[in-house]
Amino acid sequence: MKNRILDFFKRSQILVSAASLILALLICGAVIIICGYSPLEAYGAMLKGAFGSKYYFSQTLGTMIPLVFSGLAMLMAVKVGIFNIGIEGQMLVGSFAAAVAGRYITGLPKIIHLPLALLAGAVIGGLWALIAAWLKNALGINEVILTIMLNYVAQYIVSYLVSYPFHAEGNVVRTEEIQPTASMTTMVAHTRLYTGIFLAVAATALIWLMLRYTRFGYELRAVGSNSSAAETAGINAKKYILAAMFLSGALAGLGGAGEVLGYWGYYIPTMTQGYGFDGIAIATMGRSQPLGTLISAFLFGALRNGATGMNRSTSIPGELIEVLEGLVILFVSTPGIFRAARKIIRARNERRPGNGISA
Amino acid sequence: MEFLLKLLAGAIRVTIPIAYAALAGMIAERAGVVNMGLEGMMLFGAFFSVVGSYVSGSAWVGLLFAMAAGAVTGLLMAVFAIGFKCEHMITGVAVNMFASGMTVVLLQMIWGTRGKSSTVDGLGVVSIPVINRIPVIKDLIGSVSPLFYLLILCTALLWLVLYKTPAGLRVRVVGDNPFMAGSMGVNVYKIQYICMMVSGALAGMGGAYLSIGDIYMFSKDMVAGRGYIALSMVILGGWKPVPVAVCGLVYGIAQSLQFRIQSVSIPSQLVQMLPYAVTIIVLFFAKKGAEAPAMEGVHYYQKGE
Repeated sequence: MKNRILDFFKRSQILVSAASLILALLICGAVIIICGYSPLEAYGAMLKGAFGSKYYFSQTLGTMIPLVFSGLAMLMAVKVGIFNIGIEGQMLVGSFAAAVAGRYITGLPKIIHLPLALLAGAVIGGLWALIAAWLKNALGINEVILTIMLNYVAQYIVSYLVSYPFHAEGNVVRTEEIQPTASMTTMVAHTRLYTGIFLAVAATALIWLMLRYTRFGYELRAVGSNSSAAETAGINAKKYILAAMFLSGALAGLGGAGEVLGYWGYYIPTMTQGYGFDGIAIATMGRSQPLGTLISAFLFGALRNGATGMNRSTSIPGELIEVLEGLVILFVSTPGIFRAARKIIRARNERRPGNGISA
Repeated sequence: MEFLLKLLAGAIRVTIPIAYAALAGMIAERAGVVNMGLEGMMLFGAFFSVVGSYVSGSAWVGLLFAMAAGAVTGLLMAVFAIGFKCEHMITGVAVNMFASGMTVVLLQMIWGTRGKSSTVDGLGVVSIPVINRIPVIKDLIGSVSPLFYLLILCTALLWLVLYKTPAGLRVRVVGDNPFMAGSMGVNVYKIQYICMMVSGALAGMGGAYLSIGDIYMFSKDMVAGRGYIALSMVILGGWKPVPVAVCGLVYGIAQSLQFRIQSVSIPSQLVQMLPYAVTIIVLFFAKKGAEAPAMEGVHYYQKGE
């Protein structure tokens, strides 16, 4: 058992992720000092904002829900070798579709209506991602540029739809309230925590099983690690890119749909709040493993709420979290730093007489 | 005719920052590095040009600040992407996130606000007497930011260096085949580091146009995706200096059209979508004549590494 745990740590390189997070926190600490604050006070405010009470902890778990989905969406794309920066846009169209399906489909029992609304979000999100995958396959254009452009297009299309055809009564730009038969249950009153958390955990488990134990998952990973070798082995790489991007977009759409059906109850333009972009950091820090992604989604949920807490009680802007995210992504994907650091430390030990050479 | 002239004049102004960033992306890719961090470099350029102008009172010092900030960002990116062999795209995305957060933190530190800086000295406009005597040209670039003329200079210089000097030849070989370049005795890393710093400085100038060249202040996330649009212009322009700089006009015209037809009864959101949709469509129909540098985005290892 002990060996298996050690093995897990080694294989998933959890230490690199942890060290990266600590390094990033230290650098942000330096930024906080330069801003004229005590990092202890700031991080204290963050801890309190993330875990300080039942309410705050529920908020953290609730924020984790869309983050798990965007992290998994990124993971799916990365597994097939695609860099999907379009998660934000896919989440947007997915949440809007769920809001429409949740409102305008009537007369169904909850057991059918809710899954149907979730499915609407997933399918629309997936189709939106397919556009980028198809263009990439057909033209060989860098998918990063395509998905970014599609983010803007999605943002403006949905913004148009919610401002005119689907504008709810009143001054607020949002859609009408969904039917009660399409809503998910809030678990702790007045918080973001809804039953979608089970859906998020289930999705993580399913993706883990699929990638590890199915032929589809195996071939998908083969395309991701070396597409020309996979082609030689008779795998149609383009087909797998399409499939993985559809799944990626569907996960993003599902995350957005969950937010509409579980928390907001309607679509409102600012609701995705950059969750899609967080997915990049989350999957990277989770080393593109499903379980790792789940854990880092929890951490980022805590960071986001912590940042809100810090924003509230100090005058350090919550945007500091973006600095942190950028640094985490950079350090996690550059294990070379830690290798270089180890080399320097070792060299120093060797130079110092009677220190460390005994082994 | 009047409408067309105004449209084109507007388009030229919108294109200036994109063209700088597109040149920046081109020079990096020519040396084999995919610079996904243009967005963040521009943001730093926009921010630090305002800082420079604020502390010195002169916008030209601000422009130098922007170039320095961009070059430092480029150097740091090179350390990660080339020195530590981090995936180029991930390095860029990380830089963009970092810049987006850091500029707001610094904004709070210097001006005590989280949205906009105070107004600073700007670069103003220049009007050259000779140009003011030519009828159509006068309407287009009669009074235009000095950064427009600097852009022409930069484009010409890049063309000259890339195609007419031994250094340029080395850059092109490094992008196409770093291993051959290495075996010929070219210092691949040195060239890539220098190109990334030049790239950063150019992107910084593009960012500076947005702040001290246009509205004379910094506002949060003011680059708004222009760095990514510039990257698509690199593809459209086929990795050649002059076409890359001019291709930005595709986006510029769409954007300028957007300003001009906003008063018509078409919903503003659909009009705002235009530049992005046009970029995708143009990429779709772009002739695939030009080839990307063969080894862009691929890590190069020196002998014995």
